[in-house]
Amino acid sequence: MKIHEYQAKAILAKYGVPVPQGEVVFDAADAAGVAKRLGGGTVVVKAQIHAGGRGKGGGVKVVGNPDEARAAAEKMIGMNLVTYQTGPSGQKVQRVLIEQGLRIKRELYLGIVLDRTSERLVLMVSPDGGVEIEKVAEETPERIFKEFIHPGIGLAGYQARKLAFALGLEGPQIAQASKMMTALYQAFVATDASLLEINPLIVTEDGSLLALDAKMNFDDNSIFRHADFKDLRDTSEEDPLEVEASKYSLNYIKLDGTIGCMVNGAGLAMATMDIIKLAGGEPANFLDVGGGANADQIKNAFRILMADKAVRAVFINIFGGILRCDVLAEGVIAAVRDLGVRVPIVIRMEGTNVEQGKQMLKDSGLNFATADDMSEGAQKVVAAASIAVGRTS
Amino acid sequence: MVQGITGREGTFHARQAASYGTTVVGGVTPGKGGTTHEGWPVFNTVAECVKATGANASVIFVPPAGGADAILEAADAGLPLAVCITEGIPVMDMLKVFGAIRGGTTRVIGPNCPGLITAGQAKAGIIPGHICREGRVGIVSKSGTLTYEAIHQLTRLGLGQTTCIGIGGDPLIGTSFIDALKLFRDDPQTEAVVMIGEIGGNAEQDAAAWIKANFKKPVVGFIAGQTAPPGRRMGHAGAIIAGGKGTAAEKMEALTAAGVRVVKSPADIGAAVKELLRA
Repeated sequence: MKIHEYQAKAILAKYGVPVPQGEVVFDAADAAGVAKRLGGGTVVVKAQIHAGGRGKGGGVKVVGNPDEARAAAEKMIGMNLVTYQTGPSGQKVQRVLIEQGLRIKRELYLGIVLDRTSERLVLMVSPDGGVEIEKVAEETPERIFKEFIHPGIGLAGYQARKLAFALGLEGPQIAQASKMMTALYQAFVATDASLLEINPLIVTEDGSLLALDAKMNFDDNSIFRHADFKDLRDTSEEDPLEVEASKYSLNYIKLDGTIGCMVNGAGLAMATMDIIKLAGGEPANFLDVGGGANADQIKNAFRILMADKAVRAVFINIFGGILRCDVLAEGVIAAVRDLGVRVPIVIRMEGTNVEQGKQMLKDSGLNFATADDMSEGAQKVVAAASIAVGRTS
Repeated sequence: MVQGITGREGTFHARQAASYGTTVVGGVTPGKGGTTHEGWPVFNTVAECVKATGANASVIFVPPAGGADAILEAADAGLPLAVCITEGIPVMDMLKVFGAIRGGTTRVIGPNCPGLITAGQAKAGIIPGHICREGRVGIVSKSGTLTYEAIHQLTRLGLGQTTCIGIGGDPLIGTSFIDALKLFRDDPQTEAVVMIGEIGGNAEQDAAAWIKANFKKPVVGFIAGQTAPPGRRMGHAGAIIAGGKGTAAEKMEALTAAGVRVVKSPADIGAAVKELLRA
């Protein structure tokens, strides 16, 4: 789960991480008031979308007074911000953060992520902040410093000091940076974060350290113990069909192709996308209906698939080890009838009573084709989708 | 033994395992100790169950919030093997669990996995027994249904399986590809191995390096997610291309360089094994 910069900063501030003063506004009319409360001088207006790279796309503006803040906010709210992370269609800006202007001396980088190999959280810093860290990692990996944190001990004092010295900090900044790193680590653990990035972490001209930007993602598996996260979710940043699918606990990801996929199991769902591509088609989605795949889930999955107007044909690929194929066939037939699904459907299924299931599909009189293996199924559905495209265009 | 034996999943799969020939001795559901469930004795704690029944492996079917605790309890009771089927355990919980039990005597498989099966003998987990046939090929896989797919292909081709291990799709798992490959290396019945990976992390690259240096039996590899978009979590918590890393292409390249026969299509796994075994 992703959240906005201003939300991340509010969380971090609670754990004692120094952040700039600021307020979010949803209406440009409130921008001048915020700028005045921040002293009436220079402020920064920052578009709040979940994607990164906002500066280059025109989503960050430094202005000199409250009137200019209002003008900048007016321009930003409602605009379609295109960055390298949003894709060409961009993301509509609905909220902007108005923040105090600061005199920046240095821009550093700090990030916390999981390192799967060592089974530790790793705290990484670099003196080269303000640019994409992937670029630093590629070009000058020696400029990234890491400490691996033992989950039972937490971030040790010496580890924080090592990183602070590696950043070239000095004097009272060492203690300040150590305290900040400890607070960031504590915030990460307490919120079940999966990613935390401060880029840049700035040193101001008067020598203080602040998190000028903040990016925070949470582990979806931990949401059950964070009731307050419900209010942080901004569904307008997500694909509407993905939001709908999440209501039925379906794992759905919208893609750009024309072949709708309905599969049980994440690995098989990915493999199904792969085999469609190999057969010359493009998957319209990733959809994992789960290990059980009961009639209700099949129906909801169809509803989601059919709401995507790009879908020209559907490939159902179910490997029910224990699942009975006659039950599956019954669910598919009922869903197709109830929802009036018209696109061609290719079904490949394995499991108990597979022959009976196939016979039921055949006898239904509906637009089904069956396949004995994944490869045959993929070829059939790709062919069906290309004919369907010809028919509608 | 089964942790969560009185739950729906625990009950169903305990029965399935027993009918496949596994010796299921009992289970744990805290608060229901002293009762009998489907003919099996139920205990309040894992330690009691182990003491009374002599169980040497546990299969865990508990809700995600209690998953980490269940693994810790299995390790504390000294069980040599704990297979955690539970999907959805927070990463932060598993960080603590592995921080605590690594270097100990308990091998964990999973979490978020289908467990393991030795064809024709026994199973600990949810892999359907009827699709397996005793044979010559070992399978190690991050994905459940793709494991079934590979099993099915090998059975159809008459090759059969020795043992199939689903290691799980989470970012942190107890048994890695390399751990499983070591077991297959030492198993005289296993003549070839199918390794099924997916996008995210670099466990497949680590395995490739290990195979190159240490593994002489033929290996067929498949990586799911060749068409997955970057930055999206593809169902499994661990299946994500982050910062341009963990792509299928880099994994396939590493495995190919290690001498693994990498197939692009999941439908070609069985045929590739057959070809390698004939050669």
